Amino acid sequence: MQKKMMYSFPDDVLEHVFSFIQSDKDRNAVSAVCKLWYEIERWCRRKVFIGNCYAVSPRVVIKRFPEVRSIELKGKPHFADFNLVPDGWGGYVLPWIVEMAGAYPCLEEIRLKRMVVTDESLELIAKSFKNFKVLVLFSCEGFSTDGLAAIAAGCKNLRELDLRESEVDDLSGHWLTHFPETCTSLVSLNISCLGSDEVSFSALERLVGRCPNLKSLRLNRAVTLDKIANILRRAPQLVDFGTGNYASELPPDVLLNLAGAFSSCKELKSLSGFWDVVPAYLPALYSVCSRLTSLNLSYATIQNPEIIKLVSRCPSLQRLLVLDYIEDSGLEALASSCKDLQELRVFPSDPFGGEPHVSLTEQGLVTVSLGCPKLQSILYFCHRMTNAALVTIAQSCPNLTRFRLCIIEPKTADYLTLEPLDVGFGAIVEHCKDLRRLSLSGLLTDRVFEYIGTYAKKLEMLSVAFAGDSDLGLHHVLFGCESLRKLEIRDCPFGDKALLANAAKLETMRSLWMSSCTVSFGACKLLGQKMPRLNVEVIDETEPPDSRPESCPVEKFYIYRSVSGPRFDKPPFVWTMDEEGKIMH
Amino acid sequence: MEGALVLLGDGGGGSSGVSTNESAVLSKVEVVSEAESELELGLSLGGGATGKTKASNSSWEENGRILTAKDFPSSVVSQRTNNGGPSSVAVSGTKRSAESISHDSGSPTAVSQVVGWPPIRAYRVNSFVNQAKTQRGDEEVKPKYDLKKKHNFNGNEKGHLGFVKVNMDGIPIGRKVDLNSHSSYETLAQALEDMFLRSANSLEKEPLTMASKLLDGSSEFVLTYEDKEGDWMLVGDVPWRMFVSSVRRLRIMRTSEANGLAPRFNETSGRQRSKPI
Repeated sequence: MQKKMMYSFPDDVLEHVFSFIQSDKDRNAVSAVCKLWYEIERWCRRKVFIGNCYAVSPRVVIKRFPEVRSIELKGKPHFADFNLVPDGWGGYVLPWIVEMAGAYPCLEEIRLKRMVVTDESLELIAKSFKNFKVLVLFSCEGFSTDGLAAIAAGCKNLRELDLRESEVDDLSGHWLTHFPETCTSLVSLNISCLGSDEVSFSALERLVGRCPNLKSLRLNRAVTLDKIANILRRAPQLVDFGTGNYASELPPDVLLNLAGAFSSCKELKSLSGFWDVVPAYLPALYSVCSRLTSLNLSYATIQNPEIIKLVSRCPSLQRLLVLDYIEDSGLEALASSCKDLQELRVFPSDPFGGEPHVSLTEQGLVTVSLGCPKLQSILYFCHRMTNAALVTIAQSCPNLTRFRLCIIEPKTADYLTLEPLDVGFGAIVEHCKDLRRLSLSGLLTDRVFEYIGTYAKKLEMLSVAFAGDSDLGLHHVLFGCESLRKLEIRDCPFGDKALLANAAKLETMRSLWMSSCTVSFGACKLLGQKMPRLNVEVIDETEPPDSRPESCPVEKFYIYRSVSGPRFDKPPFVWTMDEEGKIMH
Repeated sequence: MEGALVLLGDGGGGSSGVSTNESAVLSKVEVVSEAESELELGLSLGGGATGKTKASNSSWEENGRILTAKDFPSSVVSQRTNNGGPSSVAVSGTKRSAESISHDSGSPTAVSQVVGWPPIRAYRVNSFVNQAKTQRGDEEVKPKYDLKKKHNFNGNEKGHLGFVKVNMDGIPIGRKVDLNSHSSYETLAQALEDMFLRSANSLEKEPLTMASKLLDGSSEFVLTYEDKEGDWMLVGDVPWRMFVSSVRRLRIMRTSEANGLAPRFNETSGRQRSKPI
């Protein structure tokens, strides 16, 4: 019999109070206060985020949180984005959908990242959740437009359908016609990843026309420029718009019409798309530019002066994604025009070319950092860098939370001093005290890891490639980075010592990926045996790892903590160890 | 940090509780020299709130030794052998000998040879590499990225090849093979046989027998491909280069289902048939 203390509130009051607590971290803290709070909290938790779908089984989640309305799951390791994870590795969402279909009939939102989603899963979603509202498939694969048709037809109150960067087997554009005429609830539709040459455009137009709350619409490349004006006129309330193809032989009056259509969208703040841009049509955007906070030109192969002309008209810009055609001169214009800039991503137009063919150097990034002190997030591909530049960037942008630098040629030194870039990255971690994510490149010794271990106390995710001299480097990171959750390493001379000496650290992290390093199979085996709450998965596509001596290095492995033990859906090339040290597969 | 032992699972390294004593199991701090050759598990957490790590020299400290694995061989890594399986099997990731990783190479690695580098997503590469190439009129670039043909908006341009999907009837999990690493049908067929024959044996299903060659019709399976126009064709009829420039994906099909893929099974072409269709 629960002892009622004088100062305790009735359960429903507590539940009401908890309903104001949204962040997972806070909810977890609340649930740890006492058993009563744990019980109340678990019954009223509506949103669950599972950063690694194999860290826990669906049943365990359902048992603890019986009334969930919104779930977010992530599957494959991040390096799967770069083809380092073989096909068939896993990350299947179907088992989750099956369990949730029975347990969460009121589920409204599913957000997935890097998972394998089949048409069967989509059909099951459409059938099982009567009030389903939000489906976000970020970098997912395994489904076709047939599955999308099921969602369109089955989810009567669908608000969000976002397929960003997913791989869809595009069988036909007719899936759009499966949205019933009664569907008016769409708020967000992102089909930019679809390839179909034939999009059922009339269905799209009608759909857009009857959804008055549509705020975000991202079209795919198949939609041609001449169609855009009609779409925009039907949805002047749009806040975020992704064009399709931006090239066409447009007669002048159509171009004027397009400009008019854009200017009628008074709420428009975010633009993307712009495949195959013909610069002559960019002025159609000018009326929107002053309001733009987000601009994604990373598919647009326009060069200067067009980029400069566009960017200079966007004083409110907070987020810019662009190709390196912007060059240092364009970044200078950016720095002087866009003082509110928070996020900048510069992608390489010719990543495999070797020799730079655009004049984008470290100077461009320095200029932006000097001109835009509010910068929080940087992703920058370039061919050369100096320690001095990095120090300047670090000192100018102390608010950086994400810094990803990719110097395209591995192990490139400071081109002026020929020294490693340890000091430069050291400055980044020292000055940017809130840094949560860091990706390294260039010539780096163990020293950079010493800096990282010393200063990067809030760092949660670290990506390392072609860096370091010895195990000491890895040790610095595992030993010193208190907030580290995700560590991914490739092609570094890190072996067993640091890993084993810091084995306990791995249980405090979400995951560790290492490939083309020098960790031996013996070490993996030991970890797998002795750390039951870790899943140690060796990836070997050629032969079982125990067919070689234990001192042989493994090509790739992935270690993650889990409360549900080894997974059962491993493909043939993934090997784990059981408690007896036997390979399980 | 000396003298303090942190128990397993004692919260993240961020708590300052690191330096307070929990029930001391072991309190010895040992300096582990580089010559230590046993594999040991360090079950303590590092890096307290004080920040500074002590590891400024080449040796570093463990906060106690809990387990040893004396029966393990020395952790000195032997030179990685690069001969696991046929070299033509597509393995994602770099294959390098141990030496090339640890040595500070003065000569830059050719970027285009390293899988997954620079770290750009495949759909992005497909999208603008094609555009850039046509604009500059450059030579073909061969990115080592998986080009999912369905995303190749500009059509299947010659030379833009890499991984193509392979599915085999009866096996739910598809694989990918890197056509760039083959120069003939024979090596491709051999690689596929190794890939799927080995997979088939390690699955707990009834073993699918895939006797010898896929190419000469003597097997229970036959190798087919989908071309640019979406038609399914038998592999092997056209010159290799032509095949490589038009293939979208591969399928290892049961011979019994390969009806209608006429050329091979036409008696006048002179090829053997092992079973009547």
